Amino acid sequence: MDTNQTPLYRRRKRLNQLVMVLCQLATVIGFVFLFAILFTLVTKGIGAISPSTFVERTRMNGGGLGNAIWGTFLMTCAATVIGTVIGVAAGTWLAEYSGKGLMAKVIRFINDILLSAPSIIIGLFIYAVVVVPMGNFSGWAGVLALTVIIVPVVIRSTEDMLRLIPNSLREAAAALGAHRWWIIVRVCYSGARAGIMTGILLGFARISGETAPLLFTSLNSNQWNFFDLGSEMANLPMTIYQNMTINAFIPDLVALAWGGALILTAAILILNIAARYFSRQRS
Amino acid sequence: MTADIHLDQKRNAGAAEAAAAPQIATKLRVNDLNLFYGKFQAIKNVTMEIPERQVTAFIGPSGCGKSTLIRCFNRIHDLYEGIRTEGQILLDEHDIYEAGVDLNLLRSRVGMVFQKPTPFPMSVFDNVAFGIRLYEKLSARDLEERVEWALRKAALWNEVKDKLKQSGQALSGGQQQRLCIARTIAVKPEVILLDEPTSALDPISTGYIEDLINELKKDYTIVIVTHNMQQAARISDITAFMYLGSLIECDDTTKIFTQPRESRTEDYITGRYG
Repeated sequence: MDTNQTPLYRRRKRLNQLVMVLCQLATVIGFVFLFAILFTLVTKGIGAISPSTFVERTRMNGGGLGNAIWGTFLMTCAATVIGTVIGVAAGTWLAEYSGKGLMAKVIRFINDILLSAPSIIIGLFIYAVVVVPMGNFSGWAGVLALTVIIVPVVIRSTEDMLRLIPNSLREAAAALGAHRWWIIVRVCYSGARAGIMTGILLGFARISGETAPLLFTSLNSNQWNFFDLGSEMANLPMTIYQNMTINAFIPDLVALAWGGALILTAAILILNIAARYFSRQRS
Repeated sequence: MTADIHLDQKRNAGAAEAAAAPQIATKLRVNDLNLFYGKFQAIKNVTMEIPERQVTAFIGPSGCGKSTLIRCFNRIHDLYEGIRTEGQILLDEHDIYEAGVDLNLLRSRVGMVFQKPTPFPMSVFDNVAFGIRLYEKLSARDLEERVEWALRKAALWNEVKDKLKQSGQALSGGQQQRLCIARTIAVKPEVILLDEPTSALDPISTGYIEDLINELKKDYTIVIVTHNMQQAARISDITAFMYLGSLIECDDTTKIFTQPRESRTEDYITGRYG
């Protein structure tokens, strides 16, 4: 019997084609927006970028973005380092030690809330518990706010990746006489490394573009500030925000903001590609 | 450091015993063992002996408790909650369920190979070295020699000697399983538990592993769970038939397959149920 001829088969085939066209359409729409954003950023931003953009500090009139790029880099790296230590440890506890206890459920629930908490709330929180008591805006406050944002991302990806390690591997390692922490460090982490790294890189990309939490914490500055995290710290997202709003009447600063937006987007794009590369290394 | 001393002691003890006993000694003695998964009783009053340097095969239909039983021999059940055992298992006449038994040390004496190959996500070399590094501090050269020795014993050396640095997970299924056997031998255990080691393998790889088991029984006590009755008949000296958590019959393999005492054993091996 020729199955091509049955009405049921023909109907299924038509449905298959329809769904495929819908999927392709959705992909195209997504790409259109992505490329529209990239196109706008490149056309408006590329003109403002020159070597001096990276080495000169922000000024009332013109100048570069060097101090803001440095500030963002420093605070993002510090928050990522702190967030990785806390996040990997907490994720490991959830995946390997917590069992089915109530404590684990509560922590997982709170972590999910943190994961989707509006970042301005986190900024306000740090403002209330750090900035107000200390009496000034500071890089540390900015680092703390960014840490609070990245920790749940790292916890989630660490736990998920460790759960992907089959129990049979833990059994096999235990059957050789390995202690539990050794099984986790040598077997589980080597299997989950690529996934955890991907999570950390995606978290890094996420916090490098955060503006709201910095508004109340590190604020911004137009001075070079290399390592003094105790005082205000320049950063790229806030500079873009200020140049586009309160300084919008100065064309040079607006152009510089577009340049900053392009630099930030390019950096995040590269990080995401790096994250992809790492996750591909898995196999 | 203490682990090293223990290991030396255990080897000396093993050697002394072998020299003293002209006949086949008992390596593992199971006394009235019961095991419960929560309320479900998976092992019922099992009493048996497993002779040293022989191959003991467990056969029986799925869910009869064979795997559950051999997983008691290295107490791998202890990784999970909700499993309770009663009774004794004596390894060289010492109860492994006694309080204060060092589980990691026990597992270095009683190795295990699982149904599905379980290579760790690391190189072939590191896979084999994993267990050695846990208990012995060898120089780089000694470690290399030991890894080669284990891979040769597992009949894998010729296939992997040029790819020791490659991932163990990149090997074929049959090679992975031999890698796991090499990894188990590398720590020089006294007993090797094999939980359906060939059920995921093709006939050629199965043949390799069966030859290997034959070779290994000169030095090690082997306990194997298998669904394949021809396999049990081919490779084992003793066969134990289990059904619904009970040990129905345990005897010389030839006897079990030619004139079993129990009708249930006969029904099973002649394919009437299972």
